[in-house]
Amino acid sequence: MSGWETIIGLEIHAQLATRSKIFSGSATAYGAPPNAQANLVDLGYPGVLPVLNGEAVRMAVKLGLAIEARIAPTSVFARKNYFYPDLPKGYQISQYELPIVAGGALDIVLEDGKVKRVGITRAHLEEDAGKSLHEGLPGVTGVDLNRAGTPLVEIVSEPDLRSAKEAVAYMKKVHTLVRYLEICDGNMQEGSFRCDANVSVRKAGATKLGTRAEIKNLNSFRFVERAINYEVARQIDLLEGGGEVVQETRLYDPDKGETRSMRSKEEANDYRYFPDPDLLPVALDAAFIESVRATLPELPDQKAARFGSQYGLSAYDAGVLTASRELADYYEAVVRAAPADAKLAANWVMGELAAALNKESLEVTATRMTAERLAGLLKRICDQTISGKLAKEVFEAMWSGGADADAVIAERGLKQITDSAAIERAIDEVFSKNPGQLAEYRAGKDKLFGFFVGQVMKATGGKANPAQLNELLRKKLGG
Amino acid sequence: MSELHHIGLAGAAAGLRARRFSSVELAETFLKRIERNQETLNAFISVTRAQALSDAAAADRALAAGDGGALTGVPIAHKDLFCTRGVRTTCGSCILDNFVSPYDATVVAKLKHAGAVMLGKTNMDEFAMGSSNETSYYGTVRNPWDPRLVPGGSSGGSAAAVAARLVPGATATDTGGSIRQPAALCGITGLKPTYGRVSRYGMVAFASSLDQGGVLTVSAADAALMLREMAGFDPNDSTSVEREVPDYVALLGEPIAGLRVGLLKEFFDKGLDPGNERRVREALKVFESLGARLTEVSLPNLPLSVPVYYVVAPAECSSNLARFDGVRYGHRCEQPRDLQDLYRRSRGEGFGAEVKRRIMTGTYVLSAGYYDAYYLKAQRVRQLISADFTRAFASVDVLIGPTTPTPAFAIGAKTADPITMYLNDIYTIGANLAGLPAVSVPCGFVGKLPVGLQIVGPHFSEARLLTAAHAYQRATDWHTQVPEGYA
Repeated sequence: MSGWETIIGLEIHAQLATRSKIFSGSATAYGAPPNAQANLVDLGYPGVLPVLNGEAVRMAVKLGLAIEARIAPTSVFARKNYFYPDLPKGYQISQYELPIVAGGALDIVLEDGKVKRVGITRAHLEEDAGKSLHEGLPGVTGVDLNRAGTPLVEIVSEPDLRSAKEAVAYMKKVHTLVRYLEICDGNMQEGSFRCDANVSVRKAGATKLGTRAEIKNLNSFRFVERAINYEVARQIDLLEGGGEVVQETRLYDPDKGETRSMRSKEEANDYRYFPDPDLLPVALDAAFIESVRATLPELPDQKAARFGSQYGLSAYDAGVLTASRELADYYEAVVRAAPADAKLAANWVMGELAAALNKESLEVTATRMTAERLAGLLKRICDQTISGKLAKEVFEAMWSGGADADAVIAERGLKQITDSAAIERAIDEVFSKNPGQLAEYRAGKDKLFGFFVGQVMKATGGKANPAQLNELLRKKLGG
Repeated sequence: MSELHHIGLAGAAAGLRARRFSSVELAETFLKRIERNQETLNAFISVTRAQALSDAAAADRALAAGDGGALTGVPIAHKDLFCTRGVRTTCGSCILDNFVSPYDATVVAKLKHAGAVMLGKTNMDEFAMGSSNETSYYGTVRNPWDPRLVPGGSSGGSAAAVAARLVPGATATDTGGSIRQPAALCGITGLKPTYGRVSRYGMVAFASSLDQGGVLTVSAADAALMLREMAGFDPNDSTSVEREVPDYVALLGEPIAGLRVGLLKEFFDKGLDPGNERRVREALKVFESLGARLTEVSLPNLPLSVPVYYVVAPAECSSNLARFDGVRYGHRCEQPRDLQDLYRRSRGEGFGAEVKRRIMTGTYVLSAGYYDAYYLKAQRVRQLISADFTRAFASVDVLIGPTTPTPAFAIGAKTADPITMYLNDIYTIGANLAGLPAVSVPCGFVGKLPVGLQIVGPHFSEARLLTAAHAYQRATDWHTQVPEGYA
């Protein structure tokens, strides 16, 4: 693949977390029986009219402000005309020439730690379509219009991404952002967050863009990465074999791990966009925009920077901990309850806790290991009640049982031995049991230091304070 | 009670409240007239006799109890593109022949709320596309003044029904003249309100930026009463305007002395029938005698109305009618082979020729490569036409001119040539493009055929238009003339 440059732009569709649809009063909740959440407007009955949901507008503005984009003082809904059974009106209401948000950007961190700015061309509001059902309906196709009219914001990036990994990093960044803003639940399995990827390749150094293919409806980060990598390889193969890339829409088949042609440019619809005469232009004044700005939370990048300066965390750690607002909130709650060592808290949240959550596929908000309980454990590490090593055992007991750190420590007698006299006694006992090793050490076999540490630890049930033990042992052996 | 059918809408309301007759008597009187004349006029697509009599009986009970709204017990009819719950709503089209609406249009609900009793649904050009009522799937409506002639369109059924005194008032819609032109051709009063004055919710859309619901009645006073009950902001229609509805009835008696009347130079052109022109000029004399001051004004871009309209309206219709696809309601072809076949045959069988012509025209003008040259340009000219009207209304209160170039024409005379048919709306389309209110009132006859006078006003000047029309109707009796055989 050397000698080729990959160019990628993403169109991300994020379902807005409004209670009702964008142009009707129907509920947007996922999972209802087919057509239970489709009213006459969603069904496209004769005579019905759309009425814009103001909450969807507010959410789009929130996004626009978070990506430092321009909020259009006037944006216009247009009709995108085409026939399909899941599109009851025969047109989709979307924004075309005048989107509500234009010209923003997001920073992503590349694998080498460098920060890259990804341009966002526009973000516009539109309604989702319904879906066709085939399962259990032999010989016919069913139509479920529950999803029809669900509000979407389509976030269109510039062709700034240069690899599948960059595309995934960008998509994850947008995912993080929309969840911070509480405008999208980010649930990719339910289709609340998905993307189309525009992919092309060109000879390194070329200035003209190659012909692109659009891969539709990718609904997982893994699929995005695989689909793009497959597509890039396919295009390079084609070009190197003397062929040409055809402008077309392709579908990714996750089972086969390949993309295949859906329709070519020639077969593409002429959507005959024109302004929807049923809806007035959306006019937003500065006061409204400022009122939305006032509701913006601390954004992921701002939070990460603060974590760096306030808690002394590395950029990487700060990035991991702020990847979701819930995780960041959890971390800060731990630090509030156990303020002595913020770095230690970070290690535990990203380490033991993350691993345990991951193992059980739990969200950080759903765990019984509350921030307060974890902080209780960290406090015992900081005040040297237990060693870091034993703390892991305590954590596991706390995770599987319901007891707090102190109860586990007391019950299992895990309290660390910090009494010098007691440690010295243990050392003397080990020496008396192992005269041979002692002699060898004294003859110069330094490596046996570790052997004595291990023996003392074994004798104290692992409870001897490691630092003290080292110090005392060194003194005795040296003396 | 032999004269009950001449009572008019306001007269019926007053008579019912005074208990001079019952709503059931009234409904029965009009239902009999509807049924007796259905074969000749074909004004109705559905007659809802049983429901009407039951509603009338309920109205009588309300009246007896001293309850009721402004129209309690008053019979009306709805143009068959207003959705009526539980009643077939066809839009004059085969594609909706089997469509029973599950909901009431806002206009229908408001008139119900005011107590009006619906007698049936009136015939119309298919999807309101036509100027003669010849495009209806349910057959041509005939003009009560001469059954060989068209009643005008697209609200021809409503107009013929009111003219023949089959009902005292009917709802109608006006996209390019569909209320005013049939009012003129049938010798009755027709009001198209300001765009946004009456809710479009539940009115099956033809061209959304032009469609406006209104009324067909015998007199301006009746129109004032009916409009007052059906106008107003509707949260279900984003293009309806949040603005108080004046009491048009209370304002009817205002004097019109000093009214500044503009004579639209462009309306008195070579296409205007000399007979029509004479009647209109006589009417202007009446206005002068009532104290109005006449000046000639020019709207230079107005002659472009027809070409602009026949780009904008088909463009919107091509999209609005896409929902009739045989999937959820309406006509579905037999045994579709696949999805494309379902679409092609359901729509091919369901739509008539004029509707197809407009869908194709509209699809064409919105297509990639043609959009700028047609749709965008038409929208720009539309703005110029609006600006012309705004300029004119800086110096005059209303514009007066003919409603149509000629009286009613023969059935079949213009069906072969759509352009000639379209030119029938040359004087009415401007008000739709600019969203202005306009009223047509009878102003005399050419031979035995009625002629209409059109009064156009600035946005939300319905009260002024109705007051002017009412003053004219107090000074004349053209609106009280009834076609021979319907007295």
